[in-house]
Amino acid sequence: MTRTLQGRLFGRIDGDIAGILLLAALLVIVLPLGLDIFRLNMVGKYLTYAFVALGLVLCWGSAGILSLGQGIFFGIGGYCMAMFLKLEASSPEATKIQSTPGIPDFMDWNQLKALPWFWEPFHSLTFATVAVVAVPALLAFIVGLAMFKRRVGGVYFAIITQAFAAILTILIVGQQGYTGGINGITDLRTLKGWDIRTDEAKLVLYFVNAALLIGCILLCLYVRRSKLGRILVALRDKEDRVRFSGYDVANFKIFVFCFAAALSAVGGAMFTLQVGFMSPSFVGIVPSIEMVIYCAVGGRLSLLGAVYGTLLVNWAKTMLSESFPELWLFAMGALFIGVVMVFPNGLAGLYQQFIAPRLGRLLLRTGTRAGAPIIPPHTAAD
Amino acid sequence: MSSDKIDADKLTSLPSPLRRKLLLGMAALPAVGLLPRGALAQALPTDAVNTTKLAVTDSTVKVGILHSTTGTMAISETGSVQAEKLAIAQINEMGGVLGRKIEVIQEDGASDWPTFAEKARKLLVEDKVAAVFGCWTSASRKAVLPVFEQYNGMLYYPTFYEGLEQSKNVIYTGQEATQQILAGLDWVTKEKGAKSFFLIGSDYIWPRTSNKIARKHIEMHGQKVVGEEYFPLGHTQFNSVINKIKLTKPDVIYASVVGGSNVAFYKQLKAAGIDLNKQVLMTISVTEDEMLGIGGENIAGAYACMKYFQSLKNPNNEKFVAAFKKMWGGESVIGDVTQAGYLGPWLWKLTAEKAKSFDIDKIAAASAGIEFTGAPEGYVRIHENHHLWSKTRVGRARTDGQFDVVFETADLIEPNPFPKGYQ
Repeated sequence: MTRTLQGRLFGRIDGDIAGILLLAALLVIVLPLGLDIFRLNMVGKYLTYAFVALGLVLCWGSAGILSLGQGIFFGIGGYCMAMFLKLEASSPEATKIQSTPGIPDFMDWNQLKALPWFWEPFHSLTFATVAVVAVPALLAFIVGLAMFKRRVGGVYFAIITQAFAAILTILIVGQQGYTGGINGITDLRTLKGWDIRTDEAKLVLYFVNAALLIGCILLCLYVRRSKLGRILVALRDKEDRVRFSGYDVANFKIFVFCFAAALSAVGGAMFTLQVGFMSPSFVGIVPSIEMVIYCAVGGRLSLLGAVYGTLLVNWAKTMLSESFPELWLFAMGALFIGVVMVFPNGLAGLYQQFIAPRLGRLLLRTGTRAGAPIIPPHTAAD
Repeated sequence: MSSDKIDADKLTSLPSPLRRKLLLGMAALPAVGLLPRGALAQALPTDAVNTTKLAVTDSTVKVGILHSTTGTMAISETGSVQAEKLAIAQINEMGGVLGRKIEVIQEDGASDWPTFAEKARKLLVEDKVAAVFGCWTSASRKAVLPVFEQYNGMLYYPTFYEGLEQSKNVIYTGQEATQQILAGLDWVTKEKGAKSFFLIGSDYIWPRTSNKIARKHIEMHGQKVVGEEYFPLGHTQFNSVINKIKLTKPDVIYASVVGGSNVAFYKQLKAAGIDLNKQVLMTISVTEDEMLGIGGENIAGAYACMKYFQSLKNPNNEKFVAAFKKMWGGESVIGDVTQAGYLGPWLWKLTAEKAKSFDIDKIAAASAGIEFTGAPEGYVRIHENHHLWSKTRVGRARTDGQFDVVFETADLIEPNPFPKGYQ
C-alpha cells in the first residue's frame, strides 16, 4: 500500500496537476524565452525521448514489466514518419540525377527500380500518421499476446524484448534497399510543402511536441488514476492474488505494453520531424537501455520525474560531450552509478525524500493547509 | 621502387599557370611567418575576409573537428583527428591562414549518426566555425550533409567512400569508389592473369556500391564473378564463405570487409589453410590501422588497393611520417584515411588564400583547381566535382604491419562520383 502512495510522488490530485502546470510553464514559457533556437531544438529532441520514459513509467513503474526494447517502437514510429517525409522529398524533379527518378535515393543506390509495395501507402500523410501509432501498437500486441498469455514475465520478458530490438536492427540494416540500411533515412525536407528545416518550423515543432507531451502526461495520469491503473499496481505487487480475484492478468499487461509502445512511437515520429532523419541507431539494444536509464534517473514511479530525468541525462550528455569530448563517457558513467547507488528512486525519490517534506512544512506554516501535499514516508526498501 | 622520382618528374611536367602561382605563393610563405603578428590580418581586414559572421577575429579563425572519439568507430577515427591536429599545428607554426591562427573546437560524434548531426549543427550555428574537418563512415556523412547544406558550412571529409554524392559544401579528400577500384582490378588482371573473382564485403552501402562497380568492370572485361557475399557489420563467422571460396577456387578474393570483422576473417582464412602468398587476395578496406588489429602474420601477402601507404618513399611523406610520430608517438601508424585527413586543413588553407576570404560561398567556388604539392601521397588537386585527383596504388602486406608498394598509376586518376556504365 505504501508503494502505491509512493507512486503519487507529487501528492494528491492538486499536487499532480500543479506539477504538470509547472512543467508546462517550464516547457512553453521559460525554455523558449531562455534558450536560442538551436538549444531549444535540442530540448525538443530530448523531449521526444520523454515519451518513451512516460511509457516506461506505466509499463515498468506501475505494472512492473521491464521492457528493454522500447527503441523498437520509438524506431518504428520514427520510420513511419520518415517514410512519408522521404517520399515527399523524392519527387521525380528532385531526384532526376538518379537512374530511377522518383524513388528515395538509397533505393536507387541499391539498384531498386520501383518503389516497394509497402512504401506505397506512405504517400498519404493520414496513413503515415495512423501507422505511427498503429504499427508499433500492433507489434506490441503480438509480442505481448505471445509472451503474457504464456505467463512469460520478469527477466525473461526483458531479455526477449532485447532480442526483438536486435532482430529489428539486423533486419533494417540488412534490407538496406528497402530501409536505408545503417545510414537510415536521411535528408528529409518538407511536410506537405512546409519546410521543416527552418528555424520557424523548428519553433513550431517544439511547441507541438511540448503540447503533445503534456497531453500524454495527462493521459498517463488518467490511466494511473483509473481502476485499471490500480489493477496494474496490484498485479505488479501480487500477480497471483489479482489472478485469483478473477482478472485476466495477461490482458492488462498486453494493454499497458501496447500503450507504452504507442507513446514511444509518438516520440519517435516527433523525433524524425525535429531532427530530420531516422536511423537504426535508435532501434537497437543500446538506445533501448539508455531510454530505461532516463526513466530510472528520473524515478520510474513518477511521470514528471521521468520527464525531468530524460531532460537532465540528455542535457548532461550534451554538455559533458561538448566540454570534454574525450572523457565525457566516464562522467556519464559516474552519474549513473551515483544515481543508482545513492538515489534508487531517482530524482523523484530525491524530491519526495528531501524537498517535499520541507516544502510541506513551509506551506503548513504559512497556513495554506489545503494545498499542502500529503507526503508518504520514504519506503524504498519495503 | 622509385616512386619519389616518378612523383618529382610528374610534378615538374605539369603545365599549370595556377600551380606556378601557388608555388610562388608557397615560396613566399616563410616570409609571412617573419612578419609581425597580425600584419597580414591588417592587410586583410576581418570585415573583408568574413562577410557572413563566421568566428573570425583579427588574429584567430575557428574550425571544428568532428570525429568519434568514443564508441566503436573511435579506433578508426582517432588517426584522422591526429592528422588534422598535426596539419593545423603546422599551419599555425607557419603563421596561420590569412594571418589568423586556427583555433580548434573538437566535438565527439560518439559513433552515433544523430550525434554527428547534432554536433555539426552546434559547430555551425553556435560556434560559427569557418570549416569542419570530420566524419568517417558514410552514415555519419549522410547524417550531417543536410546540416551543412542548410547552414552553409564547409566539410572536409577524409574517408574513401562509395561516391554517388557531390555537394557544394563538402570537399572529399579521400578517393571515391572508381578511383580506388578500377586501376587495382586492371593491375591484378595484367599482373596475375586473374580470370575469376570472389567478392566479399560487409553489408552496407560502401561495400555494396564498390562491389557493384567492381562486378561491372570485371564483366566488361570478360572475366567472371564466381561469388558475391555480404555479412553484417561486426560479423565474426566466415567459415561458410571460406568453404565456398575453396569450392569455387577464384583467382582473386576481392574483400571489402570492415572494422572488427577483418580480424576474424583473416584469421579464419589462415586457419582454413588459405595461404595468401599463393591465393591472390585484394582488399580495399585494410590499411595500416586495421593491420594493427589483424596482425601482420595473418594477412601478409595480401594486396591492398589504396592511394596512400605509410611506406611511400617521397620527401613529403618522410617529413609527414616523422612529424606525425613526433607529435603522436613512435608506435603510431598512418593509414590511407589518416593521410587524407591531413590534407583537409591544408586544402582549406590554400583555398582561403586563393579566395582571400573565409566566406563559405567563396571557399566553395575557389576550391576547384586548388593544388597541394606538399601532400604525403604526392601532388593532389581538387576537381570541379569537389573530389581529389589522386593516384591509385597497390601495396602488399608485410608481416610487420606495413605495405610494400608494388604498383602505382602513372597519372592522377580523375574522380568520377557518378560513373556512367557502372550504375
